[in-house]
Amino acid sequence: MAQRQRINLKVNGVEYEGEVEPRKLLVDFLREDLELLGTHVGCEHGVCGACTILLNGKAVRSCLMLAVQADGAELTTIEGLAQGAQLHPIQEAFHEHHGLQCGFCTPGMLLTSHEFLQENPSPTREEAKKAISGVLCRCTGYKQVIDSVMAAAETMKNE
Amino acid sequence: MKPAAFDYIAPKTVEEVISLLTTHEDEAKILAGGQSLMPIMNFRLGRPGLLIDINGLDELDYIKQQDDHLLIGGLTRERTVERSPLVRDLCPLLSQAISFVGHTAIRNRGTVGGSLVHADPSGEIPTAFCALDGRVKAVGPDGERWIDPGEFFLTFLTTSLEPTELLVEVKVPVLPQGTGWSFMELSRRVGDFAIIGVATLLFMNGDGTCREARIALGGVAPTPFRAEEAEEVLAGQAIGEELISRAGELAGEAADAEDDYHASAEYRQEMAKIMVSRSLRQALARTGKGN
Ligand SMILES: Cc1cc2nc3c(=O)[nH]c(=O)nc-3n(C[C@H](O)[C@H](O)[C@H](O)COP(=O)(O)OP(=O)(O)OC[C@H]3O[C@@H](n4cnc5c(N)ncnc54)[C@H](O)[C@@H]3O)c2cc1C
Ligand code: FES
Ligand code: FES
Repeated sequence: MAQRQRINLKVNGVEYEGEVEPRKLLVDFLREDLELLGTHVGCEHGVCGACTILLNGKAVRSCLMLAVQADGAELTTIEGLAQGAQLHPIQEAFHEHHGLQCGFCTPGMLLTSHEFLQENPSPTREEAKKAISGVLCRCTGYKQVIDSVMAAAETMKNE
Repeated sequence: MKPAAFDYIAPKTVEEVISLLTTHEDEAKILAGGQSLMPIMNFRLGRPGLLIDINGLDELDYIKQQDDHLLIGGLTRERTVERSPLVRDLCPLLSQAISFVGHTAIRNRGTVGGSLVHADPSGEIPTAFCALDGRVKAVGPDGERWIDPGEFFLTFLTTSLEPTELLVEVKVPVLPQGTGWSFMELSRRVGDFAIIGVATLLFMNGDGTCREARIALGGVAPTPFRAEEAEEVLAGQAIGEELISRAGELAGEAADAEDDYHASAEYRQEMAKIMVSRSLRQALARTGKGN
């Protein structure tokens, strides 16, 4: 059995310490060890985007990283987006524009949109479409998701 | 699924990696961006006994210009190369090709070195690397060597890199002002692997004729390759519609496509002709306008 390793990382501004087997996927560490169940796990091979989190500010698939690789990193998961009861403008926009139905893809959609709008605060609809194309949604048909991203861009610009 | 158990080590220098690879040759695997290796391990299609994580090798993360070449560190992320102003200015074909790789979240982790070593025949980076006639630098227990595309890609997912070698650098040429370039692909959805990927380059003479043409295809043979007969038709010529169709035909005929889940061999071959012609038209329209 491979040696368990000690890791230290910051998730949503909180320091955590854990001891993991090297093969533990980061998404499983978040869900099982830290009990942060907001990050969903769908395909486990990078295709669905449900497990997308921010690693040092960049969107990554947490099913394609090992927990040991997050040693020393700063992560943002969906739990870190709202400020207490105050939803993030992207969350507000998804709420307002029906950007979700069952909610399975939503954590990935929100964090993917978050990185996208940081890099491109005034996107065209076409760009928004492309940006969220890496997250699969079986419910909405994407139109409302794109509406939500465009609406969020509008609010965030005016803040 | 979850990966089978393995030992894990995260060295900090190239020397350490080589010595680990030399000691554990048969069971060790390099882990770079993990965007190809982790899915393989999650599906248990691969079960390395030892993972050597090179993500801590900061020395392999760089993009710099050296005379008429760009040097890209083996661990440089796809997204970094795609967004680099240096690459956009001096070798726009590469930035364009990378923009077709998966999605942002994949390119944030995936590396240029990893994509080349993974050697998917429809990979955009391998196809662009062929058109650019780039070189990779491998370091092993016996020192370093440079490998060209023809020597590097052997067949599906297989390169001539030895199990004890690490890819440390990728070298691509700076495209002279006025060079025509184009990367196009056919895929079902944004971010999918290419059914066909085409990279073309037109190096021009001062009188507007073509000095040298490069045409590389991905997805239509066991490795990406250059359609040399088609290239020869264009060299030295004033390129027009007729030559473009002829080159497209020849490039399509050079394809050695197979049927698969995504497309039949026949469809791939036919589309290869059309895509090469389209790509040459785009490259031609870009000639003479600086990069
Ligand atoms: C959802 C999804 C979509 C994708 N879409 C595309 C696409 O459209 N086009 C495309 O081309 N790719 C695509 N990819 C793959 C992606 O480009 C990978 O990043 C790339 O193929 C491998 O790079 P990596 O750094 O992640 O390598 P890893 O997965 O870490 O490694 C891949 C292989 O290369 C070896 N290796 C890595 N680096 C080195 C090195 N420096 N020296 C020696 N050996 C090394 C590893 O041991 C392993 O065998 C996709 C991946 C996913 C998950
Ligand atoms: S669970 Fe990670 S991308 Fe699907
Ligand atoms: S809301 Fe159900 S998958 Fe997107």
